[in-house]
Amino acid sequence: MSGKTVKEILTSIRQGETKSRDWVQQSLSAIEQIDGELKSFLLVDPEAALQTADRIDNGQASERALLRGVPYALKDNIVTKGVRTTAASRILENYIPPYSATSAQKLEAAGGVMVGKTNMDEFAMGSSTETSAFQKTANPYGKEYVPGGSSGGSAAAVAAGLVPFALGSDTGGSIRQPAAFCGCFGLKPTYGRVSRYGLIAFASSLDQIGPFTRTAEDAAIVLNAICGHDPMDSTSARGQGEIDFTEGIDAGVKGMRIGIVRNLPEEGLDPAIKAAVEEAIRTLEQAGAQVVEVELPHMEYAVATYYLIAPAEASSNLARFDGVRYGRRAEASGVIDMFERSRSEGFGMEVKRRIIIGTYALSSGYYDAYYKRAQQMRTLIRQDYDRAFAHCDVILMPTTPTTAFKFGEKADNPLQMYLNDIYTIPANLAGLPGASVPCGFAGGLPIGLQILAKPFDEKSILRVAHAYEQLRSFAWQRPVLGVAE
Amino acid sequence: MKITAETVSHVARLARLAMPPEDLRQLAPQLSDILEYAEQLQQVQLDGVEPTSHPFHEVNVLRDDVVRPSLPRDLALANAPEAEAGQVRVPAVLEGGGGA
Repeated sequence: MSGKTVKEILTSIRQGETKSRDWVQQSLSAIEQIDGELKSFLLVDPEAALQTADRIDNGQASERALLRGVPYALKDNIVTKGVRTTAASRILENYIPPYSATSAQKLEAAGGVMVGKTNMDEFAMGSSTETSAFQKTANPYGKEYVPGGSSGGSAAAVAAGLVPFALGSDTGGSIRQPAAFCGCFGLKPTYGRVSRYGLIAFASSLDQIGPFTRTAEDAAIVLNAICGHDPMDSTSARGQGEIDFTEGIDAGVKGMRIGIVRNLPEEGLDPAIKAAVEEAIRTLEQAGAQVVEVELPHMEYAVATYYLIAPAEASSNLARFDGVRYGRRAEASGVIDMFERSRSEGFGMEVKRRIIIGTYALSSGYYDAYYKRAQQMRTLIRQDYDRAFAHCDVILMPTTPTTAFKFGEKADNPLQMYLNDIYTIPANLAGLPGASVPCGFAGGLPIGLQILAKPFDEKSILRVAHAYEQLRSFAWQRPVLGVAE
Repeated sequence: MKITAETVSHVARLARLAMPPEDLRQLAPQLSDILEYAEQLQQVQLDGVEPTSHPFHEVNVLRDDVVRPSLPRDLALANAPEAEAGQVRVPAVLEGGGGA
């Protein structure tokens, strides 16, 4: 893999072998060298990053700070005080947030050093980062391939070794899918585990912030720093207490019950991915895990359910972009005209498409047929998982049906693009934690194994992923675009 | 469900989006495909199933009714496209036309 892990960097800084400045400088050099082609960053602020590093090296962060001196990147829908935040949309092209997201504040308080903001699908709507209004991010494993989305910039930056970790957000797979496409670890925590305050809202009942890292253990370290109840987000979970996600991570899988899905929808599933996931399951079974079959009878309806609920919530959330208080304003003689022109000039086509689907699904006469039925199906999908987790600790399946596709391959066919999310969407509908861990390569492109667990049981996911990382034996391939070892 | 360019135009207006005719023509068949796909939910027996609006049971959270510092006005207005006398300025709402 390219670059050092969070754990290695922390150990080195804590032992006084290196300083934060060394790692931040290394990260900035790697960005300088590689990101011209990779295009994973929308904004890099070398001066601010080095200043922060120096402050930490001069003793500002405590010895015990969870991420003391470690460089990182944030997806550009996580607002940062005084640092332009665009959600990759023209409508927020010049937006300078007056406050920072709780997750950003927590990383800062933990002694982390932000080097920049990463590219994404506009307002996190997309599965390829192609809907960004500003640039297309390449897949580190092949310049003609997409990095996945919507957190494609964060995934590509970590996989290429530009930063040891980055935050993304996951509404229907936007952390797990790009992690699978780029060959890094991606964790979507339980809904409510991490505060959404300052995350530019796409679909509020589905959105969740989480880390991209090289290893499961690194994700545990980052999650320790960002989790917890936040009075500024009433949906963040209370009573999380003091949790250490690294504790017990190396307990192994002996005796753990691994669920595999009987009659998993396999239409369009690449046989190489199916084989790699089966191999990973065999590996865990040989290490002492017990494999049990579970049923998820309503999984086939997940995509239809999601593509009504998410656009409905988005159409409501994005009503705030009206050219009045912030964001782009178009010249117009009257206020209604100003709303319409500002929004039409400011939003890209995918965002408009989803606003229109959502508005339609919520409109009088169609509400019962679309939105309400989708909410009812959401109940059945949730109950499927409740039942399944009575018999197992984790459920394993592919993260995606295919490896990374080429630029433009699905851009003209929105439905085809949406169907790619079949395996990741259910976790958002049910609020479950889920991760993607690299489990092989096909045609030179990475494959992701998805691990799901019951709500607030990220520990089981991290334990299985960590065990698998020690056991996996496929030949690791190096990215075409990435830092030298 | 066949969606026409007229329907898209109507819904776009509801969402305060002004769409050029070529966009409407492109969107109509795409929305038809997506809604046709979503129609599989009509085939499932869902009578009596409680709708889920949120993954977990949520209750309203109220804070104590105590005055606390809020975002300073200059910061709140810093991103406004146009501001005047400590307030956001917008084009005419009642006179000057441009109505819906």
